[in-house]
Amino acid sequence: MSIAGELLFEQPKEDTLRLILSGPWKLGKDLPSADEVMQKVKGAPAVRHIGIDAQGLAEWDTGLLIFLADLQKFCAEKKIRLKGKGLPEGVKNLLELAAAVPEKKDARKAEGRISFLVLLGNQAVDFFRSVSDLLEFVGESTVAFLKLLRGKAQYRRADLGLIIEACGAQALPIVTLISFLVGMILAFVGALQLKMFGAEIYVANLVGVAMVRLMAAIMTGIVMAGRTGGAFAAQLGTMQVNQEIDALKTLGLSPMEFLVLPRMLALALMMPLLALYANVMGVMGGAVVAVSMSDISLIQYYNQTVGALNLWHLGIGLFSSAVFGVIVALCGCMRGMQCGRSASAVGDAATSAVVTSIVGIIVATAIITTITNILGV
Amino acid sequence: MEEMPQMERGEAHITVTDLTMGYGDFVLMRDLNFTINRRDVFIIMGGSGCGKSTMMTILIGLKSPLKGQVFYGDVNFWESDPEARDRIIRRAGVMYQSGALWSSMTLAENVALPLETYTDLNPRQIREVVKMKLALVGLAGFEEFYPSEISGGMQKRAGIARAMAMDPEVLFFDEPSAGLDPVSARRLDELILQLQESLGTTMVVVTHELASIFTIANNSVFLDVSKRTMTATGDPKKLLAETKDPTLRQFLTRGEES
Repeated sequence: MSIAGELLFEQPKEDTLRLILSGPWKLGKDLPSADEVMQKVKGAPAVRHIGIDAQGLAEWDTGLLIFLADLQKFCAEKKIRLKGKGLPEGVKNLLELAAAVPEKKDARKAEGRISFLVLLGNQAVDFFRSVSDLLEFVGESTVAFLKLLRGKAQYRRADLGLIIEACGAQALPIVTLISFLVGMILAFVGALQLKMFGAEIYVANLVGVAMVRLMAAIMTGIVMAGRTGGAFAAQLGTMQVNQEIDALKTLGLSPMEFLVLPRMLALALMMPLLALYANVMGVMGGAVVAVSMSDISLIQYYNQTVGALNLWHLGIGLFSSAVFGVIVALCGCMRGMQCGRSASAVGDAATSAVVTSIVGIIVATAIITTITNILGV
Repeated sequence: MEEMPQMERGEAHITVTDLTMGYGDFVLMRDLNFTINRRDVFIIMGGSGCGKSTMMTILIGLKSPLKGQVFYGDVNFWESDPEARDRIIRRAGVMYQSGALWSSMTLAENVALPLETYTDLNPRQIREVVKMKLALVGLAGFEEFYPSEISGGMQKRAGIARAMAMDPEVLFFDEPSAGLDPVSARRLDELILQLQESLGTTMVVVTHELASIFTIANNSVFLDVSKRTMTATGDPKKLLAETKDPTLRQFLTRGEES
């Protein structure tokens, strides 16, 4: 650290204090602060004039400005007259500039402590508001969908094609990996338990039914929530930030039809296909484990799986996945459309889209499972 | 090339020699030679799409030139190693076109970040510097606001406060008056001038606002998009009085003369 500026005091008269500034006044640890002057004045309460002698001043930067601004404020409070001599012209200009616009007093103060009850009340109000937002969004998208059925919805076919590609074909690798591994895990766990009864062949039933009826749909749902739901929210959120959505509205195009509808449609169509593919991958993953761990042959495993499954299992699985598709698209698009106008708001939108989608998927699974249980299918 | 009147005003701060800029195979501008002196208010001017902003990105180290050199003092900027470049550019401040404030931070945090990162000031000193910088741009009391809560003009001024945080030797402004009403634009011009006069900072301004150009500049370079090179450098007022180049004349008079 270079040598810092120096502050010397002189008191030629009882009521006068002279400050002599010298050396380079640049920001740094050792720069004298206005506190020193304040201490000095407290020790000599008779002081009514402070004179600054800055003729020995070398270079300066914001450090000098802060010192002088503090001093000015202090002197104004104590009604002490402040006079400067030899201050650089630039310093005077800058001090005037800084004082030109008065400080905004009603600007937000640090938010005071909020009581627990207020917090709870706010949360409850927010919750009901978000439920009504959700219902409104579902209603609007239903209206858009009905318009689509009547062939009146305005959207670009090319967009739909691109979105289908993005959330269909391009999702295959990750769906392959996840469902194959889930099939293997199920088979591992099942084989260890069933071995105790000598019933390893039933691994095929376990893996087949679990994957086809439930797991394939849930796993693709969760993968797509993270992969596509988050992307939808980020994309629509950024469009909100760039006023692209406003531009659509002023053109008379409904963002619901133009942006949300193709996304919901694409995901609702692609999810059952992905789930079907995940079924096959999961069963194959199970087969690999079963065949390698015990003396079941591939043909045996195949026959056992075919025997264990019926069309109801497949139907319920595919129905669930279509529902999950709608949920993921709905949450992603809704959070995107509700997004604020800043970069951090886009991040929040993507996060809450994924969280909402996953919660929605789990709740929907619970409901579907309960209903099929009651119906006995 | 036309006559190039040069105004003496201190030693050379940034020198550009034989510079070619472009993207990949596409050449935007070639044979650029000009000098920005210390304490200049230097304007990079030209019509839309002439590469004014690209020129600035080269000067601040975001994009490398296809050919040619940029010197900061005696240091060859683009041939230095990345750490040396970082050190040089830390002595510069940049105000981006729309402020480019970090939206997840308050104005105070925005201005404080460079200080916290590159100086060993204590938190109290940083708080005071931040307060001073925001007061200088007329935003005293707005420390705790987020960028999304203030107007576009205020965001630009906050952008200047952040650019000045480290007391830079050179300040770059990208289209400072774009999107501002005439009065705010003029105030911003005055602010730039006042800061230049008081702090002695070199100011490099990218703009095509004639009002600003004639008010604040004492030196400039004109990039001619049709000729793909610069056609003049010097004080814009002198250029207007002396030039015989029809394109430059048209630009400086909004096409109302000639």
